[in-house]
Amino acid sequence: MAPLLLEVRGLSRRFGAAVALAPLDLAIEAGEFFALLGGSGSGKSTLLRLIAGLEAPDGGSLLLEGRDITRDPPWARPIHMMFQSYALFPHMSVAENIGYGLRRAGVRGAEQARRIDEVLALVRLKGFGARRPHQISGGQKQRVALARSLVMRPKLLLLDEPLAALDAGLREQTGFELRALQRATGAAFVMVTHDQGEALALADRIAVLEGGRLMQVGAPADVYARPASAFVARFLGAANVVEAAHLSLSPAEPGAAAYALRPERIRLTPNGATTGANAIAGHVRDVAFRGDATLFVVALDGGGELRVMVPADDPMPIMGERVALAWDADDLVPLAA
Amino acid sequence: MRRWLVLFPAWVWLLGFVAAPTVILLGIALGSSAEGVPPFRWPIGPGFAWQGGFGNFATLFEDEFYRDSLWRAVRLAASTAALTLLLGFPMAFAIARARSGWRAPLLALVLLPFWTGFLLRMGAFIGLLRDQGLVNAALIGLGFIQEPLQLLYTEGAMLAGMVHAYLPFAVLPLYATLSRLDPMLEQAAADLGAGPVAAFLTVTLPLALPGVVAAFLLVFIPAAGEFVIPELLGPSDALPVGRVLWQEFFQNRDWPMAAALAIALLALLIVPIRLFQRTS
Repeated sequence: MAPLLLEVRGLSRRFGAAVALAPLDLAIEAGEFFALLGGSGSGKSTLLRLIAGLEAPDGGSLLLEGRDITRDPPWARPIHMMFQSYALFPHMSVAENIGYGLRRAGVRGAEQARRIDEVLALVRLKGFGARRPHQISGGQKQRVALARSLVMRPKLLLLDEPLAALDAGLREQTGFELRALQRATGAAFVMVTHDQGEALALADRIAVLEGGRLMQVGAPADVYARPASAFVARFLGAANVVEAAHLSLSPAEPGAAAYALRPERIRLTPNGATTGANAIAGHVRDVAFRGDATLFVVALDGGGELRVMVPADDPMPIMGERVALAWDADDLVPLAA
Repeated sequence: MRRWLVLFPAWVWLLGFVAAPTVILLGIALGSSAEGVPPFRWPIGPGFAWQGGFGNFATLFEDEFYRDSLWRAVRLAASTAALTLLLGFPMAFAIARARSGWRAPLLALVLLPFWTGFLLRMGAFIGLLRDQGLVNAALIGLGFIQEPLQLLYTEGAMLAGMVHAYLPFAVLPLYATLSRLDPMLEQAAADLGAGPVAAFLTVTLPLALPGVVAAFLLVFIPAAGEFVIPELLGPSDALPVGRVLWQEFFQNRDWPMAAALAIALLALLIVPIRLFQRTS
């Protein structure tokens, strides 16, 4: 296990009567790509701003490499942040923007110029140094904002929705670039995102937040395969949450009140017969073509519905057709209440 | 064509109320003083004979009295503008960063003095500052002084009145600029290692500069021609150009000299106005 970089101990934040962040513990390892995933109001951005020092916590502490930085102002923390709006200084050129932190740190002259050139090459913006922020595209602004933080060689870089302001076409490629930059610099990246696909694709580990509480932390594959709660199961990919009382289930791990059942784990047979447990009949209510697969919403005979993902090459039922559904016992992932 | 129609009233207005009076003013300035009504001779006499001259403008440059009055007006306007900026910037900044529900009432407070007549407010200043006024009475009552201080008819009283009258003209353009400033930029500066002072000097102030220039000039330009406040609150011996103008026109009835002064003041103000246009 990599050495501990940042330790969040019981950190909490209220806004008036509203709890933005309930006391929360979290550990970020050196050199990892960590994603804070959640919807709006989940507390993910508050947590990021607390780590950056832009807001003060109501309780708890922050330890960077074992040193307590809870009371340090943002300008004294060796942590840098890329803002969602990028927050580039409009009255400065790209090079002046990138050199801003270096000048505050007393890095001047040839050394400053060398480091600006180095990071401009890293984000593929060589020759853009003299431009003003309003003269470059959104994707280029994003890379300038990234360069402005990276030039400080932080051990911990915070990214607030780094891909949200980009066009859909640019997002995937920029995501891969982000990942490559993170590996190249060896810095730990902590990214806030509301997009579960982004978090699963980029991060080494993800933390799912909801209502100011930490719901689950783990590697993307683990959290995806074994969601700890109904919320996480739904949030991470629209899994079916089935209640044991409602369906005749025969799970590998009995005893839970509810189970997650992934749409791609369910076998669908048109006009098929159902036998025994872990099988049920119904009819197709909705169809959504997804390219590599097709999503069916099946209304069950006993009430309720299940989402089923059928790979492109399999036989497809039509709307309203009767279908049989079946799954394996160990596809039922027990959920905490 | 439609564009021309829309601009037509503006052109008529400018021609009738700006261009024509300036030409008339210049005409009077080039003429000479005379007995009668009106008390001057036009520079072009009967039969288009030239009878004018630049004598009045020469006097402006030669006579220390007029030169000083112009210089004093510039100095008064500059110190008024500087002081209103020093006071107005923190006010505008605080209003721009106040919670959204507070901004409108705070701006209304800045404009509140306009609800009372200007002369009434100057009268109130006299009431505060005269020998038996509230300020002296309070200072004597509290035992700080025995004899009343000479407060009224001083440079200080004049400056106080000027700052009071012109402060809103500085606060409003500063507020307009500062409220558009993204607070994220200061946070980004802090994140990159800038303390509050460094962030202010490297990010907030440079971005607010257009507002600062606008505020300075919006105060400087009218303050340079101000004559009521110096008349009511200022010392009687040191006359800024506004008061000299008034005197020449109404007391000495030397219209050509007053017109020449007005033209000189106009010329003096064109410099900062051009500067203002360049920056905005």
